[in-house]
Amino acid sequence: MSSDPPIRLRGVTYQIGNAVLVRDLSFEVRPSETVVLVGRSGAGKTTALRLINHTLMPTSGDVTVEGRRTSDWDPIQLRRRIGYVIQDVGLFPHFTVARNISLIPSLEGWDADRIGARTMELLGKVGLPTDVLARYPGQLSGGQRQRVGVARALAADPPMLLMDEPFGALDPITRAEIQREFLAIQADLGKAILFVTHDLREALLLGHRIGLMDHGRLVWMGGRDEFRSSADPNVSAFRESLE
Amino acid sequence: MNATELIQQYQPQLIARTWEHLWLVGIAITIAAAAGIPAGILLTRRPRTERWVLGFANTVQTIPSLALFGFLIPLPLIGGIGPRSAIGALVLYALLPIVRNTYTGIKQVDPAVREAALAMGMTDAQILRMVELPLAAPTIMAGLRVATVTGVGVATIAALIGAGGLGDFIYRGLQTVNSGLILLGAVPAALMALGADFGLGQLEKRLTRT
Repeated sequence: MSSDPPIRLRGVTYQIGNAVLVRDLSFEVRPSETVVLVGRSGAGKTTALRLINHTLMPTSGDVTVEGRRTSDWDPIQLRRRIGYVIQDVGLFPHFTVARNISLIPSLEGWDADRIGARTMELLGKVGLPTDVLARYPGQLSGGQRQRVGVARALAADPPMLLMDEPFGALDPITRAEIQREFLAIQADLGKAILFVTHDLREALLLGHRIGLMDHGRLVWMGGRDEFRSSADPNVSAFRESLE
Repeated sequence: MNATELIQQYQPQLIARTWEHLWLVGIAITIAAAAGIPAGILLTRRPRTERWVLGFANTVQTIPSLALFGFLIPLPLIGGIGPRSAIGALVLYALLPIVRNTYTGIKQVDPAVREAALAMGMTDAQILRMVELPLAAPTIMAGLRVATVTGVGVATIAALIGAGGLGDFIYRGLQTVNSGLILLGAVPAALMALGADFGLGQLEKRLTRT
């Protein structure tokens, strides 16, 4: 089983009634690799992420995480192995930053010393000063909130990370800054990351491989250099639409 | 007869009726909260039941309170002349604001917060206890305040079916055209409503400060 990739989808279709949100989706995310899914809104990118952490169940096809079908996992255990970051962050407004970050480790039964050490380590990783720990999410800037969101997702050191347009709501300067920082910690984290964005520049900056989705299908997938030069009509159409 | 003399004359009765009144409302609100808060939570888990439960609670609210007290008298177990029917009617009245506010309070939690909690691997019970209920607490408390203040007023009618309370003075006053006696029931009831509102407001502040 050691050869199984952290995340693999095989022929995955998801539909609600007659609406097919994801059709025959197959790809994998390898260890230490960042795969970026790009595509227009409604292309099925977010649905793909939700199928992986079992907040949605595929209508047909297989989603396997670490070689095991998501339907065979205990969903709670599965989700705790997969960090999740979303555009709206979703920090708990009634918890301090420290409590937000340490929630999953404390539910996992870590002792206070280990949680404290981990929290400090994470603050360093995401570039936040220690004085934010006692603050509430409402007292932070957008960039700080998103950094806390990333720290929270990394808290229990999950081997996989799903990121749904995590930097989409930030101003361009903060965004570029947080992208640079992400790039700096990416190699060091060594996690299998599936990243969703509609920002092509971001995709090319952060992704080892790029997948292009359109109307629920994965119409192209390959390395980022191939993506830049690909003559595939879907790829060139998407590239041009953003130029 | 001035107010002081009136109060002095009726003092023992005034104290007894006030206690009865407090007791009626207190028991009714406790029962309504014990049933209504879990019912409101359940509604958020079973969205299809929403229409039925809120519909029922809404309908009860439209029944004139005097009629509702009357309807309950012939019923077995909860019915009869006296405090049991009165408490039953007060519970029914208090249910709507409590159920509705619990439901909307939880529904108002930012979907991104709930999505993040779920995706992080929190169980439904953990999401409810650590995220949804604390964030819904101010709305739930507001429902309890409305239910209590309304309950203090509606409970004055309980005197009509022999349940006692401050309404006693009001009806005796009405029958004997004695406005002093009416005020002897109405003023303490109003003060009780204000006091309950203030007290629950303080409790709400304390609960939501953290």
